Amino acid sequence: MLDGDPLRVEAGQPLAAALMKAGLSVFRRTPVSGAPRAPFCMMGVCFECLVEIDGVPNQQSCMVEVREGMRVRVQDGARNLEATR
Amino acid sequence: MQTSVDTLVVGGGVVGTSIAYGLARAGERVVLLDEGDDAYRAARGNFGLVWVQGKGLGNPDYARWTRRAATAWDRFAGLLMEDTGVDVELRQIGGMTMALDEDELVRKAADLGALRASLGGDYPFEILDGSAVRRLIPQAGPEVLGAVFCPEDGHVSPLRLLRALLEGFRRNGGALAAGSRVRHIEPSGGGFLAHLVGGGTHAAARIVLAAGLGNRELAPMVGLSAPVVPNRGQILVSERLRPFLSHPTLYVRQTGEGVVQIGDSKEDVGFDDTTSIDQLSRIADRAVRCFPLLSQVNVVRSWGALRVMTPDGFPIYQASTAFPGAFVVTCHSGITLAPVHAHALTSWMRGGPEPDEIRPFKAERFNA
Amino acid sequence: MNISTDPGSGFTHDVIVIGGGPAGMSAAMTAAEYGCKVALLDEQPRPGGQIYRNVTRAPAALRELLGPDYQRGSGLAERLQRSGVECHFDTTVWDVGQDLTVTAQCHGRSTQLRPRQLIAATGAMERPSPIPGWTLPGVLNAGAAQILLKSSGTVPSGATVLVGGGPLLLLVACQLLDAGARVAALVQTTPTSNLLRALPHLGRASLTPSYLAKGAGLLQKLKRAGVPFYRDAREIRIEGESGVSALTFRAGGTCVSIAADAVLLHHGVVPNTQLARLLRLEHRWDDTQLAWQPCVDAWFETSLPGLRIPGDGASIAGALAAEASGALAALGAAAAIGRVDCSTQEREARAWRKLLRKHSRVRRFLDELYRPPEWLVAPPDETIVCRCEEVDAGTIRHMAILGCQGPNQTKFFSRCGMGPCQGRQCAITVSQMLARAHFKSVQEVGSYRIRPPLKPIPLGSIAALASPSVSRSACKEEFE
Repeated sequence: MLDGDPLRVEAGQPLAAALMKAGLSVFRRTPVSGAPRAPFCMMGVCFECLVEIDGVPNQQSCMVEVREGMRVRVQDGARNLEATR
Repeated sequence: MQTSVDTLVVGGGVVGTSIAYGLARAGERVVLLDEGDDAYRAARGNFGLVWVQGKGLGNPDYARWTRRAATAWDRFAGLLMEDTGVDVELRQIGGMTMALDEDELVRKAADLGALRASLGGDYPFEILDGSAVRRLIPQAGPEVLGAVFCPEDGHVSPLRLLRALLEGFRRNGGALAAGSRVRHIEPSGGGFLAHLVGGGTHAAARIVLAAGLGNRELAPMVGLSAPVVPNRGQILVSERLRPFLSHPTLYVRQTGEGVVQIGDSKEDVGFDDTTSIDQLSRIADRAVRCFPLLSQVNVVRSWGALRVMTPDGFPIYQASTAFPGAFVVTCHSGITLAPVHAHALTSWMRGGPEPDEIRPFKAERFNA
Repeated sequence: MNISTDPGSGFTHDVIVIGGGPAGMSAAMTAAEYGCKVALLDEQPRPGGQIYRNVTRAPAALRELLGPDYQRGSGLAERLQRSGVECHFDTTVWDVGQDLTVTAQCHGRSTQLRPRQLIAATGAMERPSPIPGWTLPGVLNAGAAQILLKSSGTVPSGATVLVGGGPLLLLVACQLLDAGARVAALVQTTPTSNLLRALPHLGRASLTPSYLAKGAGLLQKLKRAGVPFYRDAREIRIEGESGVSALTFRAGGTCVSIAADAVLLHHGVVPNTQLARLLRLEHRWDDTQLAWQPCVDAWFETSLPGLRIPGDGASIAGALAAEASGALAALGAAAAIGRVDCSTQEREARAWRKLLRKHSRVRRFLDELYRPPEWLVAPPDETIVCRCEEVDAGTIRHMAILGCQGPNQTKFFSRCGMGPCQGRQCAITVSQMLARAHFKSVQEVGSYRIRPPLKPIPLGSIAALASPSVSRSACKEEFE
């Protein structure tokens, strides 16, 4: 599931790769200026590919593999504690 | 070759820059001597509280000095904004110290009650029970049994403050000599020569030692004493969050950028400014108990920094009698006291009356 | 993670290896061969590191496409599985103490391990390329594009432009072509004058001719495919609003603009020194590789006794050299705890040292030939340097004028390096920019001080390490 819409992808690949393949181009907007960002290093050192996975924001999608039933959301700005409570 | 100025300030931390800024603003020619990138810099590990509650237990003069500073903060922040355009993010809507057990709260209430009595009743604080705390801060966890609330407490961004002080100092004609570590101070012809490690000398009619832990070595060179020792504090810093915490607390505060600073540990470990898992985990554990919703929040950074402590924890403000024109300033609460350091203190250094509140803070009290 | 501690010594393992790339796998297997109790920790779900990423799972066709250099990794990974090394994947090391205690998180829980000897094979990362527009979606490191290919068989869609210099740039361009990508141009930033710097080292490099032959082959392949080449490109800008649309630059006296859907950047790789900096190890700035290197001895021991850093984490030399240095580090560790005697250690080391020499010969030539251009660390004012906190180059320069002597002061004043990547993407640039501003060497300017956690981890995971007795006493703190 990506932002509530079902998405069928092959398991066992990095989530970031699967999302890019599915056509997602903007993964998040920064908490500083709202600028759009997407994966950059694919090896866990740049923290640009952060998404919300199963309700937990700021996960590195390049370091997490796709699993059955994953719920993924793109992020807009800083983490909102009120929303995840 | 050396040029002589009115005052040399030794130390580019919050204390030194506050004084240098005040002097430059008063029209003096000032050179600020600051060490390099790897200096200890208590300012860098700062928590950013403008804090009144608990300051001056057993010492009403310190309580008065602190309150004088806290009430001057609003104007001071405005002045910095005017001079530099930097918003230091002052929020002074009251702060609290949360308690997780009953004894702790009772003891704090008793301490503050005694302080209030010694100040003739003029000392603002309230003891809140758990539900009163949660009315003010709904995110406080069920383990929080109560808190001390002081309406004069607040916080600023220590990063922006130091930057604003330095920008303000320079815009008022001050000169920064960065990368300068003072090796020796030589009283000379009614003035002072500061010789630097690696060569170079600065000369001035007056010298103010605000070098934190470095004061211990420097003060005796001008007939003063500063028996300060390091005391380590560790801090955890989170990722940016949307604003969720309205009031600063003694251990947890949210900055203007949205990050949560979590801190306070006190360790006597010499000049070791590293971090340790036992302290970081203790700090984290307490924060999660106070604010359970922080449990899933990511910690991005941590800090260990050395506080500058005198044997009794109170400041030293002293003019040298052997070498008139030399001053030593050392304190723990450089952020809270910044407005009085920039004004009341510098006008005393420039020949004005000594503020009543600081008369007791001489190094001789440690000689007994 | 179920870990038992030897009650007598307090150690959980003889040797812990951090990192499952060629250096780490080789180190772990070698230490195990000499009878050490070894654990290998890696952040990824499977062994391989970045160079052999996904090698145990990649389909045969993809392995074929990536070539024999990549397939070598399967052999290593298979031997690792049979080696008796205790492997912990999906495990993030977030602190290492001066006593070598390792704190790591696995599936949301933190655990502590304590080895007699620690081998940190933390590898390399791509050098940041602060170019206007490099934060736009659609801009990736060239190595990142290769990882996408290795881990999911994906290539960037649309017109793809590669920018920078170095062997990896050519390799990735060829692999992408083979995998069906539309390579619109190869824009090389390498200054032509580098050739003069490199020539004196060609003789030594040609003693290991395979590397040079490979390079020539790649170039030929790209030419045959008709990929437009640009040389000595500068004044590069990546254009676009919410994603890349074009690349503009100047080359050979003319301004060029190329429509692009993806831009892949590469200016070589540098050691990932986060862990080394955390432990405040001695580092030297290498002016040939333009990177920080932790100082190591012949057995890859750092300035902290018992901690060894082999492979690209110490100095860039490639996967085969990393395998050799990993083995040498393991021999050093095994000898230090008495699992091999001195003469065996020396004898066993001989073959590894020979390999290390063989694979290092080409290095100086490549380093000089592909030395990044000076302008890379003199970006225009509006260029983002710190991607996380969005601090631009102009601000860094202003910090230098304000009196900041080093990166820790600029960090405090501008938040540069304070974000979630913890300075990884800006550290080198900031140190190099400050060195230029103050007419100092990078060595004098220094680098960021690194603190735990080495990767952002939840507060609750740290809190869970507090023992009940410790947390009780926390409530008794005094007022200030």
